[in-house]
Amino acid sequence: MKTKILRLIQNNSQMSTKDIAAVLGLDEAVVINTIHEMEQEQIICGYNTVINWDKTDNERVTALIEVKVTPQRGEGFDRVAERIYNYAEVTSLYLMSGGFDMAVFIEGKTMKEVAQFVARKLAPMEGVLSTSTHFVLKKYKESGTKLEQSRKDERLVVTA
Amino acid sequence: MRNPLSDKVIRMKPSGIRKFFDIVSEMPEAISLGVGEPDFDTPWCVREEGIYSLEKGRTFYTSNAGLLELREEICKYTDRRYKVAYDPKKEVLVTVGGSEGIDAALRSMLNPGDEVIIPEPCFVSYVPCVELAGGVPVTICLKNENQFRLQKEELEAAITDKTKLLILSYPNNPTGAIMEREDLEALAEVIIKHDLYVISDEIYAELTYNSGHVSIASLPGMRERTIVINGFSKAFAMTGWRLGYALGPAMIMEQMTKVHQFAIMCAPTTSQYAAIAALRDCERDVVHMRESYDQRRRFLLHEFNEMGIPCFEPYGAFYMFPCIKEFGMTSEEFATRLLNAKKIAVVPGTAFGECGEGFLRISYAYSLEELKAALGRIKEFIEELRKSEFREEKYD
Repeated sequence: MKTKILRLIQNNSQMSTKDIAAVLGLDEAVVINTIHEMEQEQIICGYNTVINWDKTDNERVTALIEVKVTPQRGEGFDRVAERIYNYAEVTSLYLMSGGFDMAVFIEGKTMKEVAQFVARKLAPMEGVLSTSTHFVLKKYKESGTKLEQSRKDERLVVTA
Repeated sequence: MRNPLSDKVIRMKPSGIRKFFDIVSEMPEAISLGVGEPDFDTPWCVREEGIYSLEKGRTFYTSNAGLLELREEICKYTDRRYKVAYDPKKEVLVTVGGSEGIDAALRSMLNPGDEVIIPEPCFVSYVPCVELAGGVPVTICLKNENQFRLQKEELEAAITDKTKLLILSYPNNPTGAIMEREDLEALAEVIIKHDLYVISDEIYAELTYNSGHVSIASLPGMRERTIVINGFSKAFAMTGWRLGYALGPAMIMEQMTKVHQFAIMCAPTTSQYAAIAALRDCERDVVHMRESYDQRRRFLLHEFNEMGIPCFEPYGAFYMFPCIKEFGMTSEEFATRLLNAKKIAVVPGTAFGECGEGFLRISYAYSLEELKAALGRIKEFIEELRKSEFREEKYD
């Protein structure tokens, strides 16, 4: 049941508990309790909105920074990770397999701002060996949502 | 000048769907719940395979019966899902949608005057196709209290010494009814006793929501007297690709392939290549679509319950068949008024046979958001109707 609820709200966190209950054939109280439980257990960690900032007047730049890191004795990568993700500019952070250790996603107003963040904060950080910055040129799909969907229903209105 | 037309064709009634389509088409702002095809796009891996086959220049005829590779996949799939084994070389015909399969089966099996039993409400093409093939349609009026499942007594009562065929269509369009194993077993006994053949239209087989679909061909003694019609339209959201197939005993399939060969040559080649990918790689997509339909189905059932509109729980296809007899209107009148008052299009039950009177077909091949908006308006409409009735009674 948890998985079913999660899959419903994964791409639509605004779905009402009443609708979730109807759709899954459950009692609304059960749905409310289960969601609450999952929030407590931090299975559900938050409810975000997918925004296409390009369509607003706000200037935004997103960059992916590949970071190589020296793991710290006793704490592995977690210590460095915490230092990185505590910056508000960091929107996502993953520990990676392969040629580098951490993928850091950064959002800033301008390229300069992002560059300064990397130069002043990230690169000099203790444990950080090297960085490599890639700017995002266009976003097509984010968190499972296509950012430009202009599909209209082309089916005939009434068919057998 | 002589009349250029065939009397038989002139006598054919135009589809009730067509009539309603014309009305709704003139109202572009209406929300339609009248569609008989999936709202999902064809899974990307299938479309991609179609594109690839075009890039490779695979644009020639295939063999009449269809690509052998596809026929083999169809047989594996049918065995895996429905536990009936067919020989890909002799017992499969790839058709232009399920519809062509139905037509070819009837043409191949009927002699003039043979009677064909057709339980109604049902898909619109059975009766006209039987007539075109020279048969005589004999309809059975299925009942709401039996959840629109065909009862063996009903079947028995319709059989005469001219009866040759029964057209079974479960999961059913328009009612959403299914037949479970026990229901089919009861029928099989009668079918075998009277030496009938069955055309079993199982186009919605992937869309069942309680237990899995049971094919009547999987019952003892039934495989040799059944033509199974299936296809890619509903299960894989591939309506526009026009691809279906028929499965049955070699002796019948051989003749059907002849009819198909002269009328069609072969099903579209691009679609056939794409369909191989559908059968091989799309199980996840099918499961996902089925789950979405199931959620919408529960949502609608819940909404109709709340409105106090009686509706049996349909376990198949993507239709609800609520009963609107309490309002004392014909289905057509109700649907027309609903359309004019609230701009919601539903199909009157009578489009699927006279015994659909008093019912509406509501399709849930729409997103939950669309269904919510539409149901909100239906609720308003019903409340207004009930209020005005109440007033009339009061002042009478």
